[in-house]
Amino acid sequence: MSDVPVDPMPAAPDPVPVTAAAEPGQPSETPGPAKSRARLTGAVIIQAITQGSSAVVTILAIFLALVVGGVLIVFSDPVVSRAWSSFFAVPGYTLGQTWHAVSFAYSQMFEGAILNPSTVSAAFHGGSIAAIFYPLSSTCAQATPLILTGLSVAIAFRAGLFNIGAAGQWVGGAAVATWLGFGVSLPPVIHVIVCVIGAFVGGAVIGWFVGLLKARTGAHEVIVTIMLNYVMYDLLQYLLSHPAMLQEPHQTNEIAPFPASDANLAHVGGPPPQVGVGFLIAVAAAIAVAWLLSRTTTGFQFRTVGASPSAARTAGINVERSWILVMLLAGGLAGLSAATVIQGTNTQLTFNSYGTYGPDGITVALLGRAKPIGVVLAGLLFGALHVGGTYVEAATLGQVPADIVEVLEGLIVLFVAAPALIRAVFRLRTTAGTGMEAVAKGWNG
Amino acid sequence: MKLELRGITKRFGSLVANDHIDMVVQPGEIRALLGENGAGKTTLMNVLYGLMQPDEGEILINDQPAHIKSPKDAISAGIGMVHQHFMLVPVFTVAENVTLGEEPISRLALPELNFGRLHVPRVSLPAAATDWLGLFDRRRARAAVRELSERFGLRVDPDAYVEDLPVGVQQRVEIIKALLRDASILVLDEPTAVLTPGETEDLFVIMRQLRDSGHSIIFISHKLKEVQAIADDITIIRRGKVVAERPPTTSDAELAALMVGRSVQLRVSKDAASPAGVVLDVRDLSVPGEHGDLAVQSISFDVRGGEILGIAGVQGNGQTELCEALMGLRPATGSVLLDGQEISAATTKDRLRAGIGYVPEDRQEDGLVGAFPVSDNLVLDVYDRPPYAAGIVMKPDEVRKAAARLVDEYDVRTSSVLTAAGTLSGGNQQKVVVARELSRPNKLLLASQPTRGLDVGSIEFVHSEIVKQRDRGIAVIIVSSELDEIYALSDRIAVMYEGKIVGMCSPDIPEQELGLLMAGATTANGQGNGSGPHRPGTDGPQPAVEMPADQAEPQAEELGSE
Repeated sequence: MSDVPVDPMPAAPDPVPVTAAAEPGQPSETPGPAKSRARLTGAVIIQAITQGSSAVVTILAIFLALVVGGVLIVFSDPVVSRAWSSFFAVPGYTLGQTWHAVSFAYSQMFEGAILNPSTVSAAFHGGSIAAIFYPLSSTCAQATPLILTGLSVAIAFRAGLFNIGAAGQWVGGAAVATWLGFGVSLPPVIHVIVCVIGAFVGGAVIGWFVGLLKARTGAHEVIVTIMLNYVMYDLLQYLLSHPAMLQEPHQTNEIAPFPASDANLAHVGGPPPQVGVGFLIAVAAAIAVAWLLSRTTTGFQFRTVGASPSAARTAGINVERSWILVMLLAGGLAGLSAATVIQGTNTQLTFNSYGTYGPDGITVALLGRAKPIGVVLAGLLFGALHVGGTYVEAATLGQVPADIVEVLEGLIVLFVAAPALIRAVFRLRTTAGTGMEAVAKGWNG
Repeated sequence: MKLELRGITKRFGSLVANDHIDMVVQPGEIRALLGENGAGKTTLMNVLYGLMQPDEGEILINDQPAHIKSPKDAISAGIGMVHQHFMLVPVFTVAENVTLGEEPISRLALPELNFGRLHVPRVSLPAAATDWLGLFDRRRARAAVRELSERFGLRVDPDAYVEDLPVGVQQRVEIIKALLRDASILVLDEPTAVLTPGETEDLFVIMRQLRDSGHSIIFISHKLKEVQAIADDITIIRRGKVVAERPPTTSDAELAALMVGRSVQLRVSKDAASPAGVVLDVRDLSVPGEHGDLAVQSISFDVRGGEILGIAGVQGNGQTELCEALMGLRPATGSVLLDGQEISAATTKDRLRAGIGYVPEDRQEDGLVGAFPVSDNLVLDVYDRPPYAAGIVMKPDEVRKAAARLVDEYDVRTSSVLTAAGTLSGGNQQKVVVARELSRPNKLLLASQPTRGLDVGSIEFVHSEIVKQRDRGIAVIIVSSELDEIYALSDRIAVMYEGKIVGMCSPDIPEQELGLLMAGATTANGQGNGSGPHRPGTDGPQPAVEMPADQAEPQAEELGSE
C-alpha cells in the first residue's frame, strides 16, 4: 500500500487506484462533523450514482429485479403470450398488451401493499379513513418478524458470524412463548411481558449454545446452526405430539393451544393481518441494535472481532466471549420474532410455524447490508412484496401467482450480491470498495 | 536487449503517479529503481508489464516502439516480472508451476493392444486436437527446469512441491518461470523484502550470473545497501519523477536524501543507556509451536528500564512465538514477571493494562483493523477506558479528539481521522500502531519488526520514537531480523536460534560474528549451541552476511546533502 496509487495486487487485470483521498464510498461508523453536511451537494450525489455506491446499487438491483419480474408476468399471462406469437403482425397491440399486463400487476401490488387510491376517494365520500392505511398496516405486520430475524442475522454478521440458525432460534422462542402463553396464568400486562421475555430467552439459549460450541471447540457456526435447525424442528414435533408438553389436549394433530388472550400483543392498526405492538418491538430492537453497535464498547468489540479477529485478540479483546455474547443476542432477536408471530397474530404453534422466517432473515440482512436501518427497510420491502403478492394473485384471479414475489425477492438479493453485474448493466464506474464485498465473503468467516 | 521508457506518465485522478519518466536499461545491466514506498516504482513497472496503460509516453525495445497492452504482450516482448507476492500454485510441483500456461504437451494416445487374435492398433488423437486435449509431458517439463537451473545456477528440484520450499527457493522458481518464457529483461519487484540475509546474497549471485549472460535486470528496492551492492546504475524516483541517476558508489546518505527529498538521519543518534531496575524478568519460558514442537525452548532473560534489548535472529526461529507468549496470545510455560508481578497467567487485556506496549510483527493482520477509521484504530486497545467510554457507552467525540491529537503528534499522513486505516501507506499504518502503543503510560515496550517494509523516512521516525521511550526509562524489546535495525537501536543483543537464546552480546559485536550466531554457529568464546541441525527443505543457514566492508561496523551517521 502506498500514498500514491500503486496497484496492491499487480496481477489484477484492471487495477483500481487505492488512495486515501479517493474513498467517497467508505462507510464510517462515526459520522463526520458539520462540514460533511455541507459536502452533500449535487456533485456528491452525481458521484455517488455514477460510482455506484452501495445504496445506488441496491436501488438499481430492485429495479432490475422488477424488470425481470415483468418478463415473468408476461409469460404467465396467456393473453399476452398469445399476442407475442403474432408480434410481427401487430407489434403495437403486443406491446400495449404487455404494458397493460405488467403495469396492472405492479400497480395492484402497490395498491395491495402501500396505498389504494380508491380508498382515499372513498374516505371523502364517507368511507372509512382506516381503510386508507390498511395496506401499509398489513405491510408493517408482515415485515415485523422479518425485521427481527434480519436483525438476528445482521448482528451476528457484524461480529463475523454467519447465523444460519435464526430458524432454530425462532423455534426455541416460539416454544417458550407458547408454553408461557397457555400454561401459566399471570395478571394481564405482566403476562404479555413475561411471554415476550420468555421468547427472547428461549431463542437466546439456542444462540448461546452455538456461540459456546464455536468458542470452546472451534466448531464452525454455519454447520452448527444448520444442524441445530434440524434438531429444533424435530424437537418441536416431539413437543407438539405430547399433551404433557405443548400439544393441545384431545388433539391428534401436532398443534399447541392458543396462547391465553391476555398474553397477546395489543393491536395498533386493527386485528390481524393488521399491525400490532410487535412492529414497535421490531423497531425498538433495531434502534437498540444500532445503538449497541455504534455507541457501546460491546458493539466496538463485536465490530472489531468481525473485521479482524486477530487484531481484536492482539488488542486484548476476548474474541470467544464476543462470539458467545453476540450469538446469545442473535438468538434472542430470533426469539422475539417468534413472539411477534405467536402473540401478535393469535396463532397456534404448529410443526411448521417457523415457515421461512429464518432464511428470509438472511436475505433481509444481506439486502440491508447488515445495518439495522437497512434491515428495517429491507424487512419493510419484503413485507410489502408479501402483502402485494397475495393481493395481486387475488386481483388477477390467480393468473399472476403470489409466488412471483418470491422470485422478485430472490432476484433482488442475487443482484445485490453481485454488484459487479449491476455496474456492468448500468455502466457505472467501479470503485475500490462498496462494503458489499464483506457480505459476499461472509462464508469465509 | 535494450529497453527505453520515454516520457511515461500515469495519472490516477488528480494524482500523478508517474510524471514523464525517462529511463534506459542497457543489455547486460542491473538497473536499480530506488524510491520510497509510494514513489511510483510499482506503477511504472505495471505500465511496463502491460498491467496498466500509460496516459502519455512510450516504451521502446531495441529502439523500436513496443505496444504493450497486456502482460501477454510484455512476455512476448521479452519482459519477465517477478512480483513481490509470488504467483505460484502451492500444491503444484516446481516443474508444473514453471510450465503452467505453456505446458509441454504430448499427443493423447491409446497404446497398441494385442489380445491373441484381437489386435487393436495404436489410436492417437489428431494433431490438431492436441491443443485442446493432450497429456502433460512431465518429462519434458522437468528437463526444461533442469536445463535452466543448471545454466544459471538456480538450484531447485523440479519435483519439489512449491508449498514445501522456503521463500528464497520459491523466488528462484519465479525467475525460472520468466526465463523459460525467454525473458531478456527481468523486473524484480522488491525481491529482498521476504528474504533472509543469506537468501539475499544467493539472489545477488544469481542476478550477477544472469547479467553476465546478457540479461537486463530492473531491481526495485528501497534498501540502500542492497542497491549499492548489486546495481550497475541507480535511478532514483521521488513522487513520480526521476530525480537523479547515480552510480552505485554514491554514498548512502546522498541516496537517502535524493529518495526522501531532505537529509535523513540513517542511524538514530542516541546516548549511552542508563539502565535502571529490572522491569521484565523471563524465566524458563517455553512456548509450543504450531506442530506440537517447542518453538521457544526454556529461555530466560531480563530487561531493565531505560535499555533496549534487541532480539536478533533469522525469521522463524521462535521470535514470533516469544512475542505472542509475552502478550498472552499463545499458551506458554515458565514465569514472566513485570515489575515483580507474575503475569504469566494474565490475559492479553490485563497485560496491556499492566503497562506493556505491543507493536505486533504483522501490522495489517494484528496491529490494525483495515476497515476501521484511523480514529478507532488509535484507541483499539483502550476503547473501553475513560475518557473514551463511560460504562459501556463510548464517546465518539473523545475518540476523535484524541485521534486528531495523535495524528498531529505522530505526523500520520491521512486526509482525515475518519479515513479507513487500510488505505494508508505502510509507513503511515505503522505510525498509527506506534502512536497508539507509545501514547500510553508504559513500563515495557515490545516491538516486533517495527520497521518492516518501511522507507527510510519512516524508519527514522519510528527509531527515534523508540529511543525516546527508552530515554524515558521504559524497558524496550526490539525483535528484528534486520541487522541494521538491531545495531541502530540495541543496548544489548540477544540472538535467537531455533527457539533458544544462543548469545547475549554487546552492540559492538562485529557483524560477521553476529551473522554466525544467527546462523546457529558456535562462537569462539563458547556461546551458542552450535548443535542445530539443518532444517529440512532449506538450503541450510547461510554462514555469514556479506556486506561491503565500509558498512560492516556500526557508526552513527548524521549526514545531510543536497
